[in-house]
Amino acid sequence: MKKILVVLPHPDDEAFGASGTLAMHISRGARVTYACLTLGEMGRNMGFPPFANRVTLPQVRKAELEASCRAIGIQDLRLLGYHDKTLEFEDPDALAGRVGELLEEIRPDLVITFYPGYSVHPDHDACGAAVIRAVGRLPEAERPAIHCMAFSRGCEQALGAPDVVNDVRPYLEQKLGALNAHRSQFRYGTLPARGRLSESEFAEWLGRERFWIYRWPKSGV
Amino acid sequence: MRPIDPKDVQSRIERLVGQDLYFHIEMTIGAYAAHYDETKHQASVFVKNGRIRFSRGSVAGGGPYRVGLKTEEGWVYAEGLTHYQDEETERLILEGHDRDGKLVVALLLSPHPF
Repeated sequence: MKKILVVLPHPDDEAFGASGTLAMHISRGARVTYACLTLGEMGRNMGFPPFANRVTLPQVRKAELEASCRAIGIQDLRLLGYHDKTLEFEDPDALAGRVGELLEEIRPDLVITFYPGYSVHPDHDACGAAVIRAVGRLPEAERPAIHCMAFSRGCEQALGAPDVVNDVRPYLEQKLGALNAHRSQFRYGTLPARGRLSESEFAEWLGRERFWIYRWPKSGV
Repeated sequence: MRPIDPKDVQSRIERLVGQDLYFHIEMTIGAYAAHYDETKHQASVFVKNGRIRFSRGSVAGGGPYRVGLKTEEGWVYAEGLTHYQDEETERLILEGHDRDGKLVVALLLSPHPF
C-alpha cells in the first residue's frame, strides 16, 4: 500500500493544489498522513460575512481542516502546533527534526509539500525547506520522492514545466468538498483564482494539479 | 462580531484600566497582497501576548474608530477598528474589517494569555 506524507503549514493549503491528487491516490488504496504545521491563526478571512474573530479563528480552522480531510478521505491528520507566520523563525534543525520523526514513523513512498523559494508565503517556503532538510538527512537510497507545489511569479521559468500534472477532474467532488470545508477562508465564488482567470483557465486550474519533483543538488545537501 | 458601539467599547476599556493584561495587536495587508498586485508593499506586524497596564484608554473617531491606551511609559494605538465582540465579559476584542470582511487590524486585551 502506498504511503503518502503531506506536510503543509496552513489549514486549506491542501485544498487548492493537492486535494484532488490525494483523493486520487486514496481511491487507489494509498494511506495519507497530513501533518499541518499551524492552525492558520493569523488568517485575515473570518467568513463571508465574518463569523470568526482573531480569538476563535484557530478552533474554527481546526474544525474546517478536519472536515476537509474527511471530504478528501485522508486517514491520518496530525496537528503540529506551530504558530502561523513564524515557521521561518523557528530553529531550522528542530523543525526538520520534527518532520524527520514523521518520516521515521511513516516511511512514506511519497512526500508532498511546497517548493522552497517558489511558494510565495514565507511559511510555505520554510515548510518546504524543513521537509527537504529532513529528507536530505536520510541515506540517498531511502529518500522518498518529494512532489512540491509552487506558484510564485516566474516559478516555471526557474523550475521548468511541472514534472507531474494530475488530471483530477474525476475527483472534483472531493476537491470541492475540501475547498468548501474551509468556509471561513473562501467561498467557491470568491476563490482568488476565480477573479483572475477566464472560465476555461479556471476549469483548468481546478482540474489539474501540478507538482515539481524536488531535485537534489549534485554536490549533496 | 458587531459594529463598534463606541459608548459600550469605551466603558469596556475603562473597566480594564489599571489591570495587568495581555494584549495582541496586529495589522496586515494580507499575506498575498504583493503576489496579486506587484504595486503593493508587502507588510504586516503583530505582537501576541505583550504585557500592558494602562492608566487611560479612549475610543475616538466617527467610525472606523481609533483606540489609544496610555501606559506608564508609552502608548498602544490602533486605527481602523470597526467591530467588537459584545458577548465577551473579561476580554476586549476589537477588529477592523475592510469592505470584504477581511481583517486589517486587531487590538485584543485579556487578563489571560491568548
